[in-house]
Amino acid sequence: MDAVFQNLDLIRQGFTTTITLTLLSAMGALVLGTLIAAMRVSPVPPLRWTGGFYVQVVRNTPLTVVFFFFVFGLPEVGIVVGFYPFAVMALTVYTASFVAEAVRSGINSVPVGQAEASRSVGMTFTQTLGVIVLPQALRSVIPPLASVFIALLKNTSIAFAFGVFEGTSASNVLINRFGSQVLQILLITALVYLALALLMSAAFGWLERAVAITR
Amino acid sequence: MTSVLYDVAGPRTRQRILVWSLVGSAVIVALLVVAALRLADNGQFEADKYTPFFEEPALWRGIARALRATLQAAAYALVLATILGVLLAVGRMSHSQWLRLPSIGVIEFFRGVPLLLLIFFFFLGFPLAFGVNLPALWALVFGLTLYNGAVIAEIIRAGVHALPLGQTEAALAIGLTRGQTMRSVLLPQAFRIMLPALISQLVVLLKDTSLGFVIGYVELLRYGQRAAEQLDNRIQLTVVVAAIYIVINLSLSRLATWIESRQRRVAAPGTHVEEVTEAVGRQG
Amino acid sequence: MMRTRVALVAGAAAAALVLAACGGDEDGETAAPDVTAEESPEFEAGTTMAELAEAGQMTIGTKFDQPLFGLADLEGVPQGFDVEIAKLIAAQLGITEDNIEWVETVSANREPFLEQGRVDMVVATYTINEERDKVVDFAGPYYVAGQDILVPAGNPDGVEGPEDLAGLRVCSVSGSTPAENIRTNYAEANLVEFDAYTDCLEALLNGQVDNMTTDNVILSGYVSENPDEVELVGNPFTEEPYGIGVPESEDKVFCEWVNDTLNELYEDGSWAEAFEATVGEVIEETPEPPATGSCETPGAA
Repeated sequence: MDAVFQNLDLIRQGFTTTITLTLLSAMGALVLGTLIAAMRVSPVPPLRWTGGFYVQVVRNTPLTVVFFFFVFGLPEVGIVVGFYPFAVMALTVYTASFVAEAVRSGINSVPVGQAEASRSVGMTFTQTLGVIVLPQALRSVIPPLASVFIALLKNTSIAFAFGVFEGTSASNVLINRFGSQVLQILLITALVYLALALLMSAAFGWLERAVAITR
Repeated sequence: MTSVLYDVAGPRTRQRILVWSLVGSAVIVALLVVAALRLADNGQFEADKYTPFFEEPALWRGIARALRATLQAAAYALVLATILGVLLAVGRMSHSQWLRLPSIGVIEFFRGVPLLLLIFFFFLGFPLAFGVNLPALWALVFGLTLYNGAVIAEIIRAGVHALPLGQTEAALAIGLTRGQTMRSVLLPQAFRIMLPALISQLVVLLKDTSLGFVIGYVELLRYGQRAAEQLDNRIQLTVVVAAIYIVINLSLSRLATWIESRQRRVAAPGTHVEEVTEAVGRQG
Repeated sequence: MMRTRVALVAGAAAAALVLAACGGDEDGETAAPDVTAEESPEFEAGTTMAELAEAGQMTIGTKFDQPLFGLADLEGVPQGFDVEIAKLIAAQLGITEDNIEWVETVSANREPFLEQGRVDMVVATYTINEERDKVVDFAGPYYVAGQDILVPAGNPDGVEGPEDLAGLRVCSVSGSTPAENIRTNYAEANLVEFDAYTDCLEALLNGQVDNMTTDNVILSGYVSENPDEVELVGNPFTEEPYGIGVPESEDKVFCEWVNDTLNELYEDGSWAEAFEATVGEVIEETPEPPATGSCETPGAA
């Protein structure tokens, strides 16, 4: 246990990065994913195709491969940013495909009458989707989104192999320094992730209740 | 739902869509050209980045070996995770607290911890704790088993819950015990409607085998990166590796969708097939 | 029981290696000298040497991603100076190349592998240091490197030594001695860690990091590959004696034997031959081999 308690700073530093990485990528993925879901239900065929292609390709690629493309591919086309922004991009792009699927099934869960009514009072596609359907869809999408974002939290650990110092990197540094305490170090790291995941699911539970309609 | 969001486009709208599609495509093509020019500047289109694919039979042999390693890890993990999943699911649905609560604990723990840590545990921690060596393959397989076993347990639970209540009632009414009801009535039916969800989980599992690269298990991704060190064509090799993953996973996803649509037609009345599929496919 | 299982696995792996070797590259890019194994050497019964010679096969841990020292080829077989040294030592036990099972060791798992007896010895740019010596025995050193810094051509940041790294993005491999050295002794530097040195090199070439640091001999390899893009600061600030790790034992017999063997390799010229065929590609002058230390207090020679 000493290994961990004497190095709390290192652990805190690592997990601070884990948290910011998760929050930034979650926001990015929410925006990009909703946009892609909207594309997939839009009246414009090329947009539908693009959205469908994106989801199919990205969902079926390992996150580690996505990371490789961002960290070592983008510099080849002259885009060089830090490792942290690259990690945010890779996580955003990957997670967005799951957000898009969740949002799309949310859109399908909104009663058809809602869209019919909004269309019959003369709203356009954009208005129907943006003002009537999506707000209701997002409500039913909260539980699946919670799973997606908890997966995202766990996935940030992959950034450790791509130049980002986060929670798993911190634990790895300690394992290298205190080889005999591997078990304790791994257990404590796991518990921190678990605590963050529980916190996140509590936050989503609160959100779900806050936006629930009382009938 | 999607059909009521908008009217079928009239001639003017169709024209507008066409124009904007062309403009959009032009922008995308322009971006691709810029990217291609930059890649060319960096020598990414030079012949020696591609010739190894044609002139090095060793490369394709290596890729085949690495693919086999990937599939092997995924296959072992799938079998073990399914067994673990059934045990955990039965435990979680049990009426005894002594089985239910630990099962819930185990499921939630392994679902909430990064897979990477589970793999590290089997690679570095397990030998220290139990004095048993695990080759990288098994460290990867066991890590995958714990995580996917927990997820599969939840799939099975969703599958059992999706069955009409009448199935349980009828089974109990003819005098079967709870255990017999689960074994001979509920699980066999649940397995059938779970099949698509299980296949989707296999996609997740297959993607996660790529984490083996951190512990030196030479699967597809690691082999690709290592070969790139010899051949100096990392981008090209990563594209090839990604394409292999996508083709396999896309085929599996298609298979899942096909089975699901078939089951919507043949499942017992009152079965909520879609609930099972929705219970998964959300984890990255 | 355990032994049989390991032997079986080793046998299978050896068979795979033979197959791989048959399909190997005929153009013979690596001009590694042929190593001939000793025929049925005699050892005192009960020693590690006798056991290994009896088994006729051994498991050796080495790097698979370290150019010049241990780098896997397309068939997955490692090549380099470490590999040659390991082959030469195995040959003294009567073990031929075909009967060596190569296991990839990464910086983070070398000690656990030895402690758990997963490998019989580790030859993997393995720096002898006090902390490691507590859990494993070190023979050698068989080479002495020093930590140095690789910078973009022209040295735009004017780096002369590790003190100048403050505020710069320095790349190294997680778990390696050089990375730990920077983290503990030059905390002002902004350390970026990757899984392999080639990842660092790439990041350096495309400007994602300002420089990278590890042992000079590894960096020299990168300079020879990219002479127009990178240069070596050329001011080694540590001494990294590479040792051969063997499982810890009370009597140190195996460790001493490896030391004696190394000295034989120094004398009969095979050490120099191995060096020239591998590291010699980038370092023209073959150095004098370092004096081996004692197995009790290694590196103290």
